[in-house]
Parts: sequence; structure tokens; C-alpha cells
Amino acid sequence: MSKTVAFELRLYVAGQTAKSIAACANLQRICETHLAGQYRIEIIDLVKNPKLAAGDQILAVPTLVRRLPTPITKIIGDLSNEERVLVGLDVRPIRR
Amino acid sequence: MPRLMFRTSGGRWYRRRHSALQTSALHTGLITEPTTLKTIALSRGGNLPKCPTGIVGLDEITDGGLPAGRPTLICGSAGSGKTMLAMEFLVRGATQYGEPGVFMMFEENVAELTANVRSLGFDLEKLTAQKKLVLDHVHVERSEIEETGEYDLEGLFIRLGHAVKSIGAKRVVLDTVEALFSGLPNHAILRAELRRLFRWLKDHGLTAVITGERGDQSLTRYGLEEYVADCVIILDQRIHEQISTRRLRVLKYRGSAHGTNEYPFLIGERGLSVLPITSLRLDHEVSAKRIPTGIARLDEMLGGQGVFRGSSILVSGSSGTGKSSVGARFAEAACRRGERVLLFAYEESSAQIVRNMGSIGIDLGPWVKKGLLQIHSSRPTLQGLEQHLVMMHDAVSSFHPNVVVVDPISNLSLDQDTAAVKPTLMRLIDFLKQQQITTLFTSLTTGGGDTTENSQLQVSSLMDTWLLLRNVEFNGERNRTIYVLKSRGMAHSNQVREFVLSDKGIELVDVYLGAERVLTGTARVAQEELERTAAALREEDHQRKLSQLASRQKAIEAQIAALRCEAEVESAEVAFSLARETLHQRTAQQNTDVMTYLRGADKTGGGGKKGKR
Repeated sequence: MSKTVAFELRLYVAGQTAKSIAACANLQRICETHLAGQYRIEIIDLVKNPKLAAGDQILAVPTLVRRLPTPITKIIGDLSNEERVLVGLDVRPIRR
Repeated sequence: MPRLMFRTSGGRWYRRRHSALQTSALHTGLITEPTTLKTIALSRGGNLPKCPTGIVGLDEITDGGLPAGRPTLICGSAGSGKTMLAMEFLVRGATQYGEPGVFMMFEENVAELTANVRSLGFDLEKLTAQKKLVLDHVHVERSEIEETGEYDLEGLFIRLGHAVKSIGAKRVVLDTVEALFSGLPNHAILRAELRRLFRWLKDHGLTAVITGERGDQSLTRYGLEEYVADCVIILDQRIHEQISTRRLRVLKYRGSAHGTNEYPFLIGERGLSVLPITSLRLDHEVSAKRIPTGIARLDEMLGGQGVFRGSSILVSGSSGTGKSSVGARFAEAACRRGERVLLFAYEESSAQIVRNMGSIGIDLGPWVKKGLLQIHSSRPTLQGLEQHLVMMHDAVSSFHPNVVVVDPISNLSLDQDTAAVKPTLMRLIDFLKQQQITTLFTSLTTGGGDTTENSQLQVSSLMDTWLLLRNVEFNGERNRTIYVLKSRGMAHSNQVREFVLSDKGIELVDVYLGAERVLTGTARVAQEELERTAAALREEDHQRKLSQLASRQKAIEAQIAALRCEAEVESAEVAFSLARETLHQRTAQQNTDVMTYLRGADKTGGGGKKGKR
């Protein structure tokens, strides 16, 4: 894999709810584990920036959007199921 | 008998019959349901705040509009007009009632919707630019979505909340929120969130319209009615005798009386129109002005001045009696006075009407060109009666005519059960009367004799003037007759006139009222000829008698003269005999004297006398 950022991820949350916090933590952990150095995460709080919800067609919260690589995929929920997150991001898990 | 739902203080529904007064009013046909409902709602102190939709007719059925600050469910099958109704609710709110709105769509996108409602004259781009409307397309693609763990639909709430706040919206439409069910796999979460959404809408005091696809068992496919319980409106598109009619029904309306019937509606050029177009109030202004019918002798039959402005005229008769001609003449006469005329034709195309009427001296062409006359031709089977009426309503609203001619109205009710025709016609007539439009309806009747009159009973009571055209068949020919069956508010002639169509136009001729029958056509002409001959003969006869009498007089006079001559002769004879006698006596005396003398007798002795004894 190349050294450039391959995965551009956006996590949409709504305020500091339990689900938001869990999603943030889960995402950090999964990315560090499987995509170390290849990703960039942008966390958008819709409570602060409600305008941004329409752009990515956000409905459910939390929603993780994989902006790159294309095509855009979305993963909704608190990302507690690591396996499904990886499937959703189309990332081959690194076995340790 | 229509029944109404009322709510007791305890919150239970019960049915209640109309009071006796209202029942009788309904029976007599004076009050239709919406008016009755209004009275009831007022008398019951119905103070639920209403949010007017601005949709023609719907506000009357719902007695003022949708429940303000509450969600309303509109369900119906595909193509029944849900989105159109919802859109009109928003647009009217934004333009007429100063209530901005948010349209959140889950199926179509903004460009598609904008294009779709442009046909109704709604300019969404302009309204959006004016910050009266926000369109938000919520798109959920299942294939793009992976689900892991807990989530909620706060994103939707935030979007909606942001949209509402950005323009201060009072109205919200969620056009088919059910699309989420196919987009989101976890229905348990979705249902909980929808419940929260409707609560949220209520808490924010938003009047919301939620559309839903009709389900097989339930009202909506995913049971939305469970959450939206305040007001439910069902839209339906039904085919009867190959003619489709859209219908609307208010299934439920918590805390308010409402019309429970099914009402036909139409999506026309200016949005939705739900019948009743107008409530039936018999309080329209009346005009004392009279307008001529265009047929001078007919005016004379109608009290000498024609019909009242704003009245309704029915011209009925079987085919070929000249109904259309009377209608066309009426239209032409109005155009000549500079009035605007709308002619609805359901049998002939406008070009054909102009040509055919030209053949009897009624030239409609110039008036069409001038824009005073508008002819709307369509096949009655094109759409249902209600839709025709809505179309007429639209045409009248845009053209503002003084006179409307419908030729023939009977064609509209071809496939309808007659019970439904009367109220709808009543609404149309009432609408026209309120606009002070004089209306002439022609009506085709089948059969002859008394049945002609019977078959018209259903609509004739709505008409102010009723002209009956009839074919009289006698002596091998059919002739047209006309008479005024009724004409409210004027002394009208009760005579039958013969109705003659020629290239000079329409003429009314006195029929021959014989001892035994009414004669028309050549029979009338023959009879008149006969009369003339008879009169001539009588005259001749009279003259002859006079001369006879004269000669007899002369004869008598001659006789008198002859008799007088005879009398003269007679009297001459008498005189002669008298004279002869006198002479005779004198002669005899002289003889005696002579003899006495000769005998020498005493002159004075009277010897002669003695001698005589």
C-alpha cells in the first residue's frame, strides 16, 4: 500500500451522547489497529453544524462515511461490531 | 342518513343522528352536508385550532383545515395525488397564509418534484429563494449502508430542525417517510424514532402532513396510522365504467366534526379542487335585470322581457328538437350585447358548432375571434361528471363569463347513477348563481309524451326557467314546438308555439289551435289555407244572400205598385158607379116631375106620394 492517505473518513455525531462517544472510541481503535497511518478522521458534530447533515445524506447518528476510496459507503451505529465495520470499510483485517 | 361523530367529555366517540330540523333540511335538499357540519361545529363550540390548507373544498370538508400543530396522515395508493395535496398545502400556506413550510421528501429529488408541480403553477424555486419554502431530499440507499450497533435518527431531526429554524416554518411535509423502512434494516429502531419524530413535530407546534402508501390490510403499508392519530385523510383513485375519479375521504379527525362522505377531487391546472366547490347557501344576490334570449317571440312568451340575469334555464327535448340552436342563439345574443360567453359542448367540436350554427343564421365565428365567446368541447366520457364540473369551475373562474351554455348537460350524467348527479349539479348551479352568471343548460330526453317531463324532474327543480321543446308528429311530418313549462318570477305565456328553424334563424310561429288538435307545419299551413277558402266562400255566400234579399224587396215593391194601381182602378170604378147612381136617381126624379106635371096634379099636394102609396 502507498504512503498517502488512502482512507478519508468522516464521523457524524450529534452532541456528546453515549453513542457518539462510543462511536468515536471504536473508530479510533479500529483504524489504529487495521489502518495505521493510512487514514484521516474528521468528526462532525451536527448539533454544532446542522447544515452539514444534508450534504452526506445523514439520517442516522452516528454515521461513518468513507469518503475515500470511492465509492462512498456509510456505516451507521456506534461501530461496536468491529468485523462489520471492516466489511463496511472494505478493509482486510490485520491478523495478529 | 349521514351520521356524525362526536366526542364526549370522557374522550369516547359516539355516533349521533342529526337533529330533526337538520334531518328535514337534508331531506328537502336545502342544506348539503358541509353547511350542516359548520352549523353543528359552531353550535358545539368546536374550538380546535385549524390550519387552513387553501385547497378548494378541503377546508370545508374539514371545517377549516387540518389540525394546527398536529400531524395529519394522508394515505392512498400510488398516483392518488398524495404528494400534490401535500405540496399544495405547503405552497398555499407559504403564499396565502404567511406560514413557511419545509418539504422533506424521501422518494423524489428536488429537481423532479420542482418539475412535477410546475404543471400546477407552483414555482418552488422562487419560493425557496424567498425563504418561504425549504426542500430537503432525504435519500437512503440500502446498498450503501452497513449497520453496526446502536444508532438513532437524530440526524433526521437535526436536518428537519435546521430547515424549520432557517425559515421559521410552521408547516412540514414528510413525503413518504415510509421509504425509510426499505432503507434502514432495523425496523424496531425506526419505529421508535418515528414515534419520537411525531412527538417532536407536535412539541414544536408544527402542522405536519405525512404521506403514506396504502397497505393491503392496514391504511398504510407500515402502519403509520399507529403514530399519527389526529387526522387521517384517505385518497383513492377508482375506475367506474372506464372513467377514473379521484376521491378523498376524511377517515378521522380527532376533536372536530368533519364530512364523512367521499368527495371527488381533481388535480387541475391550479392545484387540487375538492367538491363541494362551494357550500350550498341559498343566499346569493338576485338581479331584477332581465336579459333577452335572442329570440324575440320567446322573450314575449317570458313576460315580454326575457329571463332574469343570473338565473338558470333548462332547455329540454328529444334529439333534433333544436335545443342546441336555442343555446347558440342565446350565446350569440349575449355576445351581441358585449357580454362574455362560455359554451361547453359535449357533442360537437367547436369548429362544427360554428359551421352548423352558421347554417341557421347564427354566426358565432366573429365572437370567437373577438374573444367574447369561448367554446370548450370535450367528450363526456373523457372524465367523470365531478371532474367535468371541476373543469367547468376552473374555466368559469378564469374566463369570467356573463353567460354559460352547457350543451347538453344530460350527456355528463350518462354513466352516473342519478342520485349522485343532482347534488353535483346543484353545486355547479349554485356556484354560477353566486357569480351572477346566467346559465342555459340543454338536456336531451328520450321517449316522448309525459315521460319527457318526468325524466327531467331530478334537475328541473334547480332551474328557474324551463323551456320544453317537442316534436309533434302528425300528418306524415315532424314539427318542432316550444313552450314555457315554468319560469320563476314572471308571468309567462302558457301557449305552445311552433318553432321554425330556417337559414334566417329561429322563428316562433303561432300554432293552429283547432277544435280537436294543435296543428303545426304544413298541416297548419293547409289548415290556414282551408280557413281562408272557407272565409272567402262565406263572404261570397253573404253577398249572394244580400242581393237575393234586395231583389226580393224589389219584387215586393213591384207588387205593392201593382196593387196600388189596382186600388186606383177600383176606386175609380167606385166613383163611377156612385156618379152613375146619382145621375140615375136624378134622371128618375126628373121623369116623375115631368109626369106629374103632365098629369096636372097639385104641385104641392103630393098627389104623387099618395099615388105611390
